[in-house]
Amino acid sequence: MGLLSDPNRRKALTGLLTRLNTPICIVCYLAGIVWFMGLAFEPFTLRTYMSENAMGSTMVEERFSSGERALSLAKEFDPPSACCGLNGMPVEWLVKAMQSRGLEVFTQSFSRKLPFPDENKERYMVRGTNVYGILRAPRAPRTEALVITAPCSPGNTNNQAVALLLALAQYFRNQIYWAKDIIFLVNEHDLIGTQAWLEGYHHTNITGMEYSPLQGRAGSIQAALSLELSSDVITSLDLVLEGLNGQLPNLDLANLFYAFCQKLGVLCTIQGKLQRNDWDTAEGYTHAAQTMMLMVLKQACGRSWGDHGLFLRYHIEAASVRGINSFRHYKTDATTIGRLLEGMVRKLNNLLERLHQSYFFYLLPSLSRFVSIGYYMPAFGLLAVILLLRALDLWVHLGAPALAAVDGVTEPSSPGVLTVLTPVVISHLTGVALYLLPVHLQEMAVEHFPVSETEAVVLTAIAIYTAGLALPHNTQRLLSGEGTEQGWKVLKLTALLYLAVLLGCTALINFSLGFILAVTLVPITASITPHMPKALYAVVMVLLSPAFTILYCVFIYQELIEAPVSVSEGWMLFLSVISQGILDHALYGSLVYPLLALFIYPCWLMFWNILFWN
Amino acid sequence: CEIKQLSDCLIRLLLDRRDGTRTSEALTPAAAARDEFQEELVIRPLHSGDIYASFQFRTLWDTDFLQEGQKVSHYRLFPKSLGQVLSKFSVRELHISFTQGFWRTMQWGQPFIPSPPGAELWVWFHDTVSDVDGNWKELTNVLSGIFCASLNFIDLTNTVQPSASFKPLGLGNATDHRFLRYATLPREIVCTENLTPWKKLLPCGSKAGLAVLLKSEKLFHSSFHSQAVHIRPVCQDEQCTSKAWELRQTLNVVFDLYTAGQGKKEWSLFKMFSRTLTEACPLATSSKVYVDITDNPELFELSPATPLLSQAVVLGDRRTYSVFDLTRAETFGQLRSLNLLLRWKGDGEMLRPLLHAERYVAGFGLQTGEIHTVIYNNHPYRAFPVLLMDSVPWYLQLYIHTLTVTSKSRDNKPSYIHYQPAKDRHRPHLLEMLIQLPPHSMTEVTVQFERALLKWTEYTPDPNHGFYVGSSVVSALVPSMVAMNTNFTQDQPLFSSFVPVKEESSYFVRVYTEPLLVNLPTPDFSMPYNVICLTCTVVAVGYGSFYNLLTRTFQVDEPSLPLAKRLANLIRRIRGVPLLT
Repeated sequence: MGLLSDPNRRKALTGLLTRLNTPICIVCYLAGIVWFMGLAFEPFTLRTYMSENAMGSTMVEERFSSGERALSLAKEFDPPSACCGLNGMPVEWLVKAMQSRGLEVFTQSFSRKLPFPDENKERYMVRGTNVYGILRAPRAPRTEALVITAPCSPGNTNNQAVALLLALAQYFRNQIYWAKDIIFLVNEHDLIGTQAWLEGYHHTNITGMEYSPLQGRAGSIQAALSLELSSDVITSLDLVLEGLNGQLPNLDLANLFYAFCQKLGVLCTIQGKLQRNDWDTAEGYTHAAQTMMLMVLKQACGRSWGDHGLFLRYHIEAASVRGINSFRHYKTDATTIGRLLEGMVRKLNNLLERLHQSYFFYLLPSLSRFVSIGYYMPAFGLLAVILLLRALDLWVHLGAPALAAVDGVTEPSSPGVLTVLTPVVISHLTGVALYLLPVHLQEMAVEHFPVSETEAVVLTAIAIYTAGLALPHNTQRLLSGEGTEQGWKVLKLTALLYLAVLLGCTALINFSLGFILAVTLVPITASITPHMPKALYAVVMVLLSPAFTILYCVFIYQELIEAPVSVSEGWMLFLSVISQGILDHALYGSLVYPLLALFIYPCWLMFWNILFWN
Repeated sequence: CEIKQLSDCLIRLLLDRRDGTRTSEALTPAAAARDEFQEELVIRPLHSGDIYASFQFRTLWDTDFLQEGQKVSHYRLFPKSLGQVLSKFSVRELHISFTQGFWRTMQWGQPFIPSPPGAELWVWFHDTVSDVDGNWKELTNVLSGIFCASLNFIDLTNTVQPSASFKPLGLGNATDHRFLRYATLPREIVCTENLTPWKKLLPCGSKAGLAVLLKSEKLFHSSFHSQAVHIRPVCQDEQCTSKAWELRQTLNVVFDLYTAGQGKKEWSLFKMFSRTLTEACPLATSSKVYVDITDNPELFELSPATPLLSQAVVLGDRRTYSVFDLTRAETFGQLRSLNLLLRWKGDGEMLRPLLHAERYVAGFGLQTGEIHTVIYNNHPYRAFPVLLMDSVPWYLQLYIHTLTVTSKSRDNKPSYIHYQPAKDRHRPHLLEMLIQLPPHSMTEVTVQFERALLKWTEYTPDPNHGFYVGSSVVSALVPSMVAMNTNFTQDQPLFSSFVPVKEESSYFVRVYTEPLLVNLPTPDFSMPYNVICLTCTVVAVGYGSFYNLLTRTFQVDEPSLPLAKRLANLIRRIRGVPLLT
């Protein structure tokens, strides 16, 4: 490291970096984006392969044959209002059905008062019952278990899945080869029920749920599958992997699903998109890129996209299998879906260890191709390095006058700690307000304005967000009279490093979120100075602020799922996304809302402050 | 009856003649006659539709080989391999069980002899033994060979000395728990290779008697399988004038209605064991099959019917049994084979055992956790105390200050606590508590723990599977609904005479909870190369540059003069004029 200890060469290096700073930054930014878009290009990705030995080579024969029985069971379960209608879940019917199939059946009741009404699902006071039956594996000491769950919630006709679950239970019960207990869970109120059950199973309470303690357990859960069949006719199966906070299950679970789809000839999709073979055409590439972008968007929003998402917190590998009716000619019958699940469960039953061999961090441009963490991280790294380069540049600029001071030239004294600290503190207080006030002020808002609770929460959030723009800047003038050149540089240096650390940590946990934030935040934060045309740059900054990032994501997402929306619809979606984000945080402990409110937004405010510095 | 005795005598004589190792002292008729062997099979239809079959084989041996200076070399009914082990290691009492599966107390009620999943071994040594740990170590290795099991994995890190939970079941009043060793291996898998040596210990092997039913392909096609060997000193007769060694071999198996019955609620000996009974073991003094018919005729129907009925008080309940005496020819009927047939008629109510316990790990993440042990007292109005014993491996570091015992949401202070903290890599935690269970209540014992980081060589080959924590043991004297039979008689069925009953009002029950599977923080073993490379690079680059920067001395360099000035200075020095700078 003679390079750093030799002042001459150090000077040369820093000189080069400061002189070429802007071009390097621009190149890095473009390279990052191009790298990311290149990830979907097939020759750059790897083919998926089964890493887990216990699941790969062992032969499993699927013999499930009572798909017809499952269908008739679904009809029995169906009497127009009995299931999943307004009367809630037919708990007694389920208990009896499971008991008659030789399972140990238990129920768990739970209730949860939402912080504010959920308008998407029309619920506020949630009260429900989970029913689960445990198939005890013969000669196993109750140490390991697998879970198959079928959500059964009002307004969502999932009785096909419940019926298939029962048919599978009946078939599985007669087999001798089980080494792990199998838990068949029918949960009410989809995610809330799953959350209550999981918290009950692990005897934790992280979200203030009220539930009755579980009576029966089966040791540590190794893997879980969630089954959702929304219609009678299934043409393809969709695999959903994105879980809470962007967590993903082990890639081997996706491989397992794909392997069985191939074996049984079932059409399988991911993000609702079929695989295409023409990677070398423009359409083929666009298709893969769209699939990957959908995954990135879904992962970034940090919510659980199916019942499986909540299992991941407990170190349980889980995925949702969703039956889709896309009105194709080709249909998949219940027996085939049953066989697919049988095969998957049997292979999971063969596991000697938890799934750990394959990747936990990946993106999927299609079911047979994956991008591992080693490939996608450079894209983010190229964006993050811009922040560091700018910080280095500022550091050098700040250090240069100090060198001059040695020669005896008088310089204005360096800015006090307060000059920097005040905007930092004020920004963060605004963040805290944004985090706390919307939910706590809803009653007051409802009293004074003609809005519903949900609207009150969302609009309060937006109001605080906007108010934050006016609040904190120009504080340094009160303290030292005039904003100094040094002052904003120190503040910007701090803010750049802060943002780099924030984005870096976020990207390690949830790459997609980190990357999306970096794409929008990096260019403006890297270039901002107080000497720019204020009005123009203020508009640009607002357009690249976290809230607008969410708005763009809403539009892009709608575009990608081929359901484009108009501006007003998009705005309504944006509002509901915000309310869902706050609800997800309160109900399941999703961290995106607090991350944005408590860290990213204050950090952005610090840059906003710099723009108005003088 | 006389004829039967005569024939017994004849068979014995015949066998004795065949026995080549016969020694002179064995010829004394008294000694030979007092060895005896009994075999017994109890069949209990369970309310869940499953069926419970419990074999007991008892060999009594009238010798006291632990006495000084007496060398025993004659073995008749008692297996020599075990006898030698007992005398070599001065074992006073030995209990070993191998279990595959978990006894579902809530559905099946109490078993006759409970056992935890995996292997369990507890031994009382004679109080003359000086090096108990050494004897224990050797004994486990020898037993490991005898039973083809990995008992050699028992070492000091999983052995404990319970102070109260495991009292000797035989004669003698040993209380010094320094001579007791207890260990479980929850991971032990039990299969045919353990069954074969176990069967070889029987006097008739698996050739005759009840043991012909022990076919491994059927025994392991079941919900629960447990085999055990219990050796202890007992009274030879009712007056307890002399001591004898008792070897009890038990085998419990529960057959599953759904996997074996093809949905039809019908059981027969043939369906269970793919064999029928044709004869008793010729060496046995008694050979009987009991069928629990207490719930008859509402629940099931038994054929062939037998006039012989027997009543016994077992586990706090008076039960009626049909008895099939295999030593009598008429038992086998015309076909010369006995095939019992049970036909279910209705669904039974699930019985609620009075005492029941379960255990689980709470929490998530790989740093801390909480062990919950839940004990249920389902007795409607009686409170009773239970002894809870927990042995937790050292790598779960218990925070004993977080120990709480709550019943009916109120703090329940244990009246006795014996806690021995673990020593890393040397000794497990041992926690014993005497807890009073209020009537009709659920008592929850919780203790938090932290997961230790193991050294990389200490992980098992499958570290991501998790690490096992053995079952906790709940021992209790449960208040009995009916008066227990306290007087000891010879003709009592074996299944009701294993645990000595001391008082009429209660009976002894031991309940094992499920073992736990706990994940410890595990490094990614598939990446040693990456780890080595990364570490080396970090050390080389980071440490090297820092070392360089720290040790280097920095000086301000005098800029060297240009060549012209240096030449000028040379000339000036010669001239004696002041030099240029």
